[in-house]
Amino acid sequence: MSRAAFQPEPDGRQPIDPDAGLIDGLREREESAFGELVARYHGPMRRIAALHVPSSAIAEEVVQDTWIAILHGLPRFEGRSSLRTWMLRILTNRARSRGELEARAKWVTSLDAEGDREAAVESGRFSDDPSSWPGHWRAHPRSWHGEVEERILRTEWQARLRNLLEDLPVAQRIVVVLRDVEGWPARDVCLALDISSGNQRVLLHRARSRLRSVLEARADEA
Amino acid sequence: MRPKPIVAPGRLSCRELVELITDYLEDALPHPMRERFEQHLRGCEGCFAYLDQMRVLLSVLGHLREEWIAEPARGRLLDALAEWKRS
Repeated sequence: MSRAAFQPEPDGRQPIDPDAGLIDGLREREESAFGELVARYHGPMRRIAALHVPSSAIAEEVVQDTWIAILHGLPRFEGRSSLRTWMLRILTNRARSRGELEARAKWVTSLDAEGDREAAVESGRFSDDPSSWPGHWRAHPRSWHGEVEERILRTEWQARLRNLLEDLPVAQRIVVVLRDVEGWPARDVCLALDISSGNQRVLLHRARSRLRSVLEARADEA
Repeated sequence: MRPKPIVAPGRLSCRELVELITDYLEDALPHPMRERFEQHLRGCEGCFAYLDQMRVLLSVLGHLREEWIAEPARGRLLDALAEWKRS
């Protein structure tokens, strides 16, 4: 079993490589290990590449090239970072280079969370009457546990949620996909996107708030 | 019937709470604010339901399965893998 050494967390904990189970198989050039790695990362890498290049077709090319580079670079992977971090570094370098070839400055996606403040919930949902519970809910949100939650988990709702994700502004979408769909920890997302943890949190907050708000409107329908 | 909360100075309003919810779930609230947050939750059905909705959302997002890679692309990668194995 390969021993991977990592930078300790600020509180001294060693982070666990989420892909540690694949590393031996990858070193053995096993198709199943590579297939699993592709299943885990092709989509997220395509989304990340798309931040740096002008089209999804070019993003796909960049990711295909990255996989070749990963395969050839694996013998040099020493486990000093996680496999994910190592792969994403390769990806980002390639995406940026390709982006520069395509006159990057004109269209690169900004992940800056500055700009208009978005309210998590529209203001009218709260009372403004200073004499009685200002800032309190006018009407309570409904609990989604039980029946509503089961309905939401069903396939058609999953499809709707996927569409809702694509309606999000791109910066919010990439953060919520990597954090909440892919389950990447905040640290990995900040590294992958080269954004501060505060910026990441604002984008995550806005994305989740929007999704909840639309889901609430839909959940109240039949 | 649960009494409605009184919004006293220094206490959180619901409008403020919904803006703090991500920081709360991320464990990024400083301790005193976290206390105020949880105290509000204990007394407010509306915000309790809101947190519940947010948790259901996260659960559904975690269950999303995506088809990440189209067949032609997958084929190219498997070819690349076969070549790599031969090298």
